[in-house]
Amino acid sequence: MTQTSRPIVVLAGGLSHEREVSLASGRRVTAALRERGRQVIEADVGAGLIGDLTALNQPVVLSVLHGGTGEDGALREVFDLIGVPYVGSTAPSCRLTYDKALATPVVARSGVEVPRRVVLPHDMFRELGAAAIVEHIVNQLGLPLFVKPAKSGSALGTTRVETAAELPQAMVKAFNLSHVAVVEEFITGTEVTVTITDTGAGPKVYAPVEIRPDSGAYDYEARYTPGATQFICPAALDSAVIERCQDTALRVWQALDQRDYGRVDLIVNDQGVPVFLEGNVSPGMTETSTVPLAIEAAGESLADVLVQLVDLAAQR
Amino acid sequence: MSLPQPRRETRLDRYHDLYAERTKGLKASAVRSLFAVANRPEVVSLAGGMPNIASLPLDPLADMIAEMVRQHGPQVLQYSGAQGEERLREQICQVMALEQIDGNPDDVVLSCGSQQALDLITRTFIEPGDVILAEGPSYVGALNTFQAYQADVVHVAIDEYGLIPDALRQAALSCRAAGRRVKFCYTIPNFSNPTGATQSVSRRHELLAVAKEVDLLFIEDNPYGLLSLDHDPLPALRSFESERVIYLGSFSKTFSPGLRVGWALAPLAVKEKLILAQEAATLCPPVFSQFVVSEYLANWDWQGQIKTFRQLYRARRQALLAGLAEHMPPGLTWTKPGGGFFVWLTLPEGLDSQAMLPQALTHRVAFVPGTGFYADGLGARNMRLSFCFPSPEDILEGTRRLGEVITEALDLAQTFGLTHALPKESL
Repeated sequence: MTQTSRPIVVLAGGLSHEREVSLASGRRVTAALRERGRQVIEADVGAGLIGDLTALNQPVVLSVLHGGTGEDGALREVFDLIGVPYVGSTAPSCRLTYDKALATPVVARSGVEVPRRVVLPHDMFRELGAAAIVEHIVNQLGLPLFVKPAKSGSALGTTRVETAAELPQAMVKAFNLSHVAVVEEFITGTEVTVTITDTGAGPKVYAPVEIRPDSGAYDYEARYTPGATQFICPAALDSAVIERCQDTALRVWQALDQRDYGRVDLIVNDQGVPVFLEGNVSPGMTETSTVPLAIEAAGESLADVLVQLVDLAAQR
Repeated sequence: MSLPQPRRETRLDRYHDLYAERTKGLKASAVRSLFAVANRPEVVSLAGGMPNIASLPLDPLADMIAEMVRQHGPQVLQYSGAQGEERLREQICQVMALEQIDGNPDDVVLSCGSQQALDLITRTFIEPGDVILAEGPSYVGALNTFQAYQADVVHVAIDEYGLIPDALRQAALSCRAAGRRVKFCYTIPNFSNPTGATQSVSRRHELLAVAKEVDLLFIEDNPYGLLSLDHDPLPALRSFESERVIYLGSFSKTFSPGLRVGWALAPLAVKEKLILAQEAATLCPPVFSQFVVSEYLANWDWQGQIKTFRQLYRARRQALLAGLAEHMPPGLTWTKPGGGFFVWLTLPEGLDSQAMLPQALTHRVAFVPGTGFYADGLGARNMRLSFCFPSPEDILEGTRRLGEVITEALDLAQTFGLTHALPKESL
């Protein structure tokens, strides 16, 4: 592949609730690309962004924005509009993947196991009465439950619900981040995350990384406090289960029509079946993120993978 | 598919097993990360407690500092004593005299902001598990320091005049009856952070009487005392009692927070320990900053500058209180401080200010959730609003946005039966 001499715009920050994480991802990605001698311009989302991009000589965008318009496809739609190539999944794929309410049924249709779930907007509770709906949710899905916003990341707004009395507060917490909330059955098992890249020769599925947070919950603290979570790569699972995880992740990747790089989060249930939790088109690239870990565990360099992805994007 | 061998187990922190036990509480925080958004220009931040130093005379200050370096460079750029520069300690006693403290320069120890004086005091007095009594709610920076030294903070109830004497007595006695060591009581008597509450003079006397009765030491933290907006500064606790009070002062709110110059005024034996602790911590507090402050006090109308600050904050307080009155839905209450930087807002039962923060940022307004100001998890129904930094116009707009956020949160909470329908009139 031809090495591009185009300027690379690393887009990080944004106005979402994951701004700080995104800035940390941006710092790491920028350093990696500069290590390989690439010309990198760091940028944030703001009123001047389009002007800055169009003023550059054929830039390529590598967005590590997490959450909001950086992940829901909106910004990538703009890049398409102004003809600036970018690394990562297309706008429609982002739109689908970022919305857990939409992505899960699509993944389920591809034959991947998904949790039993209910997806409801806030308005529905108001119009029909929350108490009755809440009661039916508990009857239908049992306890414990997992409540999350349909559109958010970094486990913000998520709650593990142990009793029916906790459910209303958990719903409120999720609705504070998204108009639609997802209530899922809680699946016990081994949590793994699978990185996939495609630098032009077809998707490469990395070894699953097992996640063991000290606190028991892979929440914001466990994700971003160095040392608070133990990562095992490859996951401490039978080789057949590991292969099943990789197959499942690839199926998710294809079902969500992802491109270049991404991450699929799964939980392996007590029967050894990987169950889909969520896909991620703009996974974290921080010092405690699992994508760089999986790539480096495979004996590869994050910098090498990134420059290949940029060179590939430059040809689009 | 080939797999990496051997299996790698990592915490992505090679020093994980080496950290001290007391660092276990230092964790990433979703709330802290949300403040990264609060600093964006689109957001009206009613969150931060940054002094509004725009009215400082920057050009004359620059000239003054340049002249200082030219004239005294070898001294101001050099190490110095751990207690701090004598000339500045004398000047600090003049500053404290405004709050009727008769201090001796020998009893003053300079520090990197009063925050570091608090750190030195805590490390000097606290063993893991010792009890510190503190207003509930109390300054988050103090709570973080106390936590770092593994103190057990026991909150004491407050009312509109701050610490309640009976509650203080009860807290001290019940802790001791349980065999626990109470080391001191931390208080911000003037325009408290976060509530804005101020102890009346009679309340101060009552509290000192309780301190005598139950043999208690006060740490009097007074960063806002000179920023009284409605009347002259009140006499400090330390002005009535020199042996049971360690007084903390700061130039962060009356001059510049970036210089990091604060101080402690302590009884003789404590002062000696603080000097040794300061020597161990920093060798000496920043000499350059001390000289800048000293020159400023000597050559500038610093009391006039404080009057300018008061005018500026008075207009902002007015904007915040007017905005709250206009835009808040029924059922909320808030404090009406006589000075300082902060208003403490209380939401109806069932609302959680921390859960509302993401929605607030989506509406481009920020506040600090109340739970950070308690060591025991209380404060979910509270938020701290600061009026010090944004313009009055932005503050008004911020309250309008906040009103929308709270109205939506109320609607959500009512939908789920977490709060009841509210009366039309504000409480």
